[in-house]
Amino acid sequence: MASPRKVADIGTDYAQRYGFHDPEEYFLRSPKGLSHEVVEAISRLKKEPEWMREFRHKALDIFLAKPMPTWGDTQMLSEINFDEITYFVRATEKQGETWDEVPENIKRTFDRLGIPEAERKFLSGVSAQYESEVVYHSVKEELTKQGVIFLDMDSGLREHEAFVREYFATVIPAADNKFSALNSAVWSGGSFIYVPKNIEVTIPLQAYFRINAERMGQFERTLIIADEGSKVHYIEGCTAPVYSSNSLHSAVVELIAKRGARIRYTTIQNWSNNIYNLVTKRAVAWEDAVVEWVDGNLGSKLTMKYPAIFLKGERAHGEVLSIAFAGPGQHQDAGAKAVHLAPNTTSKITSKSISKGTGRATYRGLVKVRKGATGCKTSVQCDALLIGEAARTDTYPTMEIAEDQVRVEHEARISKLGDEQLFYLRSRGLTDDQARLMIVNGFIEPFVKELPMEYAVELNRLIELEMEGSVG
Amino acid sequence: MSHSAKPVFSCTDVHVWIAEKEVVKGVDLAVSAGEIHAIMGPNGSGKSTLANALMGHPAYTLEGTVELSGEDVTSLSPDEKARRGMFLAFQYPVAVPGVTVASFLRAAVAAVRGTEVPVREFRKELLARMEDLEMDPAFAGRYLNDGFSGGEKKRLEILQLLMLKPRFALLDETDSGLDIDALKVVAEGINAAASQDVGMVLVTHYQRLLNYVRPHVVHVFMDGRIVRTGGPELALELEERGYDWLETPATAGGA
Ligand SMILES: Nc1ncnc2c1ncn2[C@@H]1O[C@H](COP(=O)(O)OP(=O)(O)OP(=O)(O)O)[C@@H](O)[C@H]1O
Ligand SMILES: [Mg+2]
Repeated sequence: MASPRKVADIGTDYAQRYGFHDPEEYFLRSPKGLSHEVVEAISRLKKEPEWMREFRHKALDIFLAKPMPTWGDTQMLSEINFDEITYFVRATEKQGETWDEVPENIKRTFDRLGIPEAERKFLSGVSAQYESEVVYHSVKEELTKQGVIFLDMDSGLREHEAFVREYFATVIPAADNKFSALNSAVWSGGSFIYVPKNIEVTIPLQAYFRINAERMGQFERTLIIADEGSKVHYIEGCTAPVYSSNSLHSAVVELIAKRGARIRYTTIQNWSNNIYNLVTKRAVAWEDAVVEWVDGNLGSKLTMKYPAIFLKGERAHGEVLSIAFAGPGQHQDAGAKAVHLAPNTTSKITSKSISKGTGRATYRGLVKVRKGATGCKTSVQCDALLIGEAARTDTYPTMEIAEDQVRVEHEARISKLGDEQLFYLRSRGLTDDQARLMIVNGFIEPFVKELPMEYAVELNRLIELEMEGSVG
Repeated sequence: MSHSAKPVFSCTDVHVWIAEKEVVKGVDLAVSAGEIHAIMGPNGSGKSTLANALMGHPAYTLEGTVELSGEDVTSLSPDEKARRGMFLAFQYPVAVPGVTVASFLRAAVAAVRGTEVPVREFRKELLARMEDLEMDPAFAGRYLNDGFSGGEKKRLEILQLLMLKPRFALLDETDSGLDIDALKVVAEGINAAASQDVGMVLVTHYQRLLNYVRPHVVHVFMDGRIVRTGGPELALELEERGYDWLETPATAGGA
């Protein structure tokens, strides 16, 4: 990696310094590690406009200049080897991996979840795309009629450049944090959605409706703009474990809810346990807008994710509802941010975590109320469930309230999967496993009931797998 | 014993330890089908400990023998006992947030009966039993014991008794904290179960339950032992005279 430069020194002469003309050739030779050459090649390969290329290069300099976060799981973070990572994989190359290389436990889980063959291959990176043209076709017609744009981010940039340029990175600037800078430099895939004024998208938009899209890219970039009075629900991920030989995933998701608009963003992710999942998600909610993050995190080695809502317009409302399941050896460092910048804005954060075995769950949250943002209300509730003596949970709720006329509620609860609950259920004939599962499913019920039916069913099944054979 | 048939439940020389402390110090019981026994005794004498240990609470150490219909179940887990027809109504039922009464009971019924009951049929049965107990059907959708009042919890225990149809049931102070209407409803539930040949042991402090449920046998339980056994008149006597006149075998130097 290049030696760090100060963020302030970052220049704009990237084209002169790194311009070259054979990106295809480049990727044939040096697939690993991060450099301006890689960034240049990605941008050229995608035939991106000049401003995006500049943006990527600048972001890379920011990434190189920024130190690693000094909070969170610094130990695990320090183990990331940025030189060992492939930053760009062409769709065609994904097929290089064979079904045989997919680990046994992942295959078993596919079996148990009943994932169809085609989808399995896609999920495990064996096949580049999951053909769902039939489903997508009717959806697409409907959307086009309404003037809704729903594309992968790369196509979005190609087909609606001016639009993308206006909003891209306005919610999360490259310099926001080290990993948003990384994503900005090497992003690929993700969704671009625009919902016109007063349009209500009735079916949830799901990433897998998109064809030819790098749905599960390592460095996804999603931007959703809901224009005034519109409404949209976007669903990302699925409960099947996402296997990748690449250990770093770092997405950036930006949401813009204009006056009176409503966005719900639902995520369920189940990464294989070699993966660092370091994601920046942030929304801006204008006057009377509502933004909801529904965020479920399973798997991964380390997840750091704190969906944020900036309440910029009066009476805007934000909610973050999340669950995290930290199995043995995993660390889920998740939370939420609500920043009240306008009067009478409200927020509600509900965070549930389960730590099992040596699993570790951390809630890290920030609620901020700016001076002058009177009449705000915020409530934060964190529930942690511990399974086994070695399980661990920590809570770091930060409140920065600069205004007196604010109602703040905060509640944190830690419970152990208790002997008395188990005994009660077992005295009714349920086996130890059944009883544990019932308690855990009950614990996450407030989350599950917010999910569309098929996801709820899948999530329950997945939790069942995670709970299997749990000792203590 | 008033019934000569083979008991549905019996225990012999049961001792129970909590950590290092011996709380139950040698108990024998034999209960026949349809028979109702009452156990009465002062606070802290070990009644709940006995009941929980008999059901197989993992925190307690039990010595002695426990049999269900002649089968030795001493070392079986609580769920195995439940599947063999044993039931415990808890003195302090535990809340399980997020799990509805209906889904919990459906799972329990399937486990105990060893077969899944079709949803429709189950629902019908559940609603009928809830009506018997004068419970608002809305309770089926509420989370198990979560935010239930004391009386509501006790009613729910009886609902479970009626749904699970055990052969033998231990009811630990199911009458405590009930208003008079609830007490009648609960008593009817107990009588209904007894009339279907369930053998029962009621742990109670109050004669008033026994006005509605007529026990065949009354045991006085003090300091971890049964110190006296008699007919229903014994309960009346306790009501009048308290426990002081009954010395524990330890102080009396053996009963
Ligand atoms: N988990 C425990 N740890 C320590 N002591 C316990 C525990 N459970 C019960 N005990 C003790 O054992 C004794 C018997 O308690 P138990 O609950 O069985 O009494 P009980 O007869 O049911 O009383 P009550 O009429 O008040 O319900 C009491 O002294 C109690 O404090
Ligand atoms: Mg008791």
